[in-house]
Order: sequence, then C-alpha cells, then structure tokens
Amino acid sequence: MEALKQELKEKIIDVLNLEDINLEDIKDNDPLFGDGLGLDSIDALELIVMLDKDYGIKLVDPKEGKTIFQSIETMAAYIKENRAK
Amino acid sequence: MSENKTFIQSICTIQNSEIILDGETIFKMEPTSFSDFSKKAYQDFEVNYPKFFKMDSLSKLAFLGAELLLKNEIDDLKENNIALIFSNNSSSLDTDIKYQKSISDAENYFPSPAVFVYTLPNICLGEISIRHQLKSENSFFIFEDFNPAFMMKYASVLIDSKKADKVLCGWVEYLDEKYKVFLYLVGREGIIEHKIETLITEFNKQLWKH
Repeated sequence: MEALKQELKEKIIDVLNLEDINLEDIKDNDPLFGDGLGLDSIDALELIVMLDKDYGIKLVDPKEGKTIFQSIETMAAYIKENRAK
Repeated sequence: MSENKTFIQSICTIQNSEIILDGETIFKMEPTSFSDFSKKAYQDFEVNYPKFFKMDSLSKLAFLGAELLLKNEIDDLKENNIALIFSNNSSSLDTDIKYQKSISDAENYFPSPAVFVYTLPNICLGEISIRHQLKSENSFFIFEDFNPAFMMKYASVLIDSKKADKVLCGWVEYLDEKYKVFLYLVGREGIIEHKIETLITEFNKQLWKH
C-alpha cells in the first residue's frame, strides 16, 4: 500500500505537470482538490484517464471521482480494491 | 484610417531561445528544447503561476510575452480594458497533432482532457485574460504570414471606438519546436507611431536578425 501511494504521488506530479510540487509536499490525507493541491476539473478528468490507462479501472460515473480522489489515501484504497492491472 | 494617432508602446519578441523586450535582450540561452527554454524563462522572471506548466507550448509563448508587456500596465484596483488581438500561421496544430496521436490507436486509446483543452489557438488568449483578469475583446486570426495592415486597422478601430484603451496584438507561432513571437502593445501615447510600415520594419528587424 505504501509503495502504491508513493507511485500515485509520482504519477500525479508527472501527469498533471505539477512542476512546483515535490513528493514530500503531498501528504497521504491532504485534500487533492480545493485547498490541498489546488487541482481543477480538467485535472479530475486526467486522473480518471490515469485510472483507466495504468490500473484498468473504468469509472462509469465521473461523480464517483469526488469520493475516490479525496486524497492519496482514498485513491490508493480504491485502486487496491478495483485494479485490473 | 484612424481618427487619432495610436502608438506602439512596447515590443516583445521571442525566438531561438532568446527574449527581446524593446530592443534589449532580457533572457537568452544556448539552443535548447522549448520546454527547457520556457521553464528557465519562467523561473528567471520569477513568475509565480503554477498553471503555466499545464499550458501547451503556444499558450506558454503567449503567456510569457504578455507577462512582459503587461507587467506595468495592469492596475489591480480597476478594470483594465486591454484587448487581445493575436494571429499566427499554424493555429494550434502542434497540440492538435499531439492529441490526434493519443486517439489514433484503437488499442491504446487514451485521449487526454488536459491536451484536448488546448486544441484551439484562442485558448492562449483565455489564459492571458485569466492571468490578468481581462474582460476585454479578444480574437485570434490565422494568416499565411504576419498581416500588419489587418492588425493595425483592427487595433486602431478598437481604440478609436473606445472598445479598448489599449491593444496587445501581434504574432505567436509554434509548431514542432519552432517558434516566433512578435507581440506589441498599442495605445494613445508613445513615441513609435503605430503604422503599417513601422510594424513591417519592427517585425523583420526583430525576427530575422539571426
């Protein structure tokens, strides 16, 4: 689980072009949207693509993302439970 | 053509890893990738705007040029009526190709929303407007070459008709690591008269001196 969380942080920085953010800046329970990393709606869509591409998870309802993408912790838990690759 | 004279108040050109503002080189690197060049320029100018890194290359170019030309123009306490009239040859083709590649293989079909949003050239005008809180007129035109007659007339009409106090206009071109920017600010006051001949001279002088 720790390795997955680390992997997610690296992917998020890379995929969302967060040039000014370091791995240690992202805490496991920090909110990813709003006051946290300040991600926006396009970033949310990009994370949905990432789930599909890297973990074989297709979100049928984008609204699910609101719960899944709350933090690195919630993302990792969801991926661990649902990953197809 | 114009009821009153208008003037070119400032000129910024970006090409070959070099940024020139009003005839003076303010940033220059040895030849490098655009990604590296734009990142170093952003850092050198101490711009604090993380969304810059999410932009496509065309928007990064337009953003950097606007940043330099508008830094002393924006008054945060009032609405700044500065219109944006840009043009280029390749539209958003560089990003269009990048996006097309992401959807061309049915077995590896992962269209990127973050790339898709930049598949229109006028998105760069939106980026500048958001950055500087501009609610002014903006248009992006596609021409074979820089069209000084058209640009001059459009900018003058906007100012004469009081649709804009100033106009940031010019040429922002990017395709496959090749880029050219010729942006200038037009207003009522200044030294360089806003004329077609002047635009031709300045465009040629700045862009082809290498």
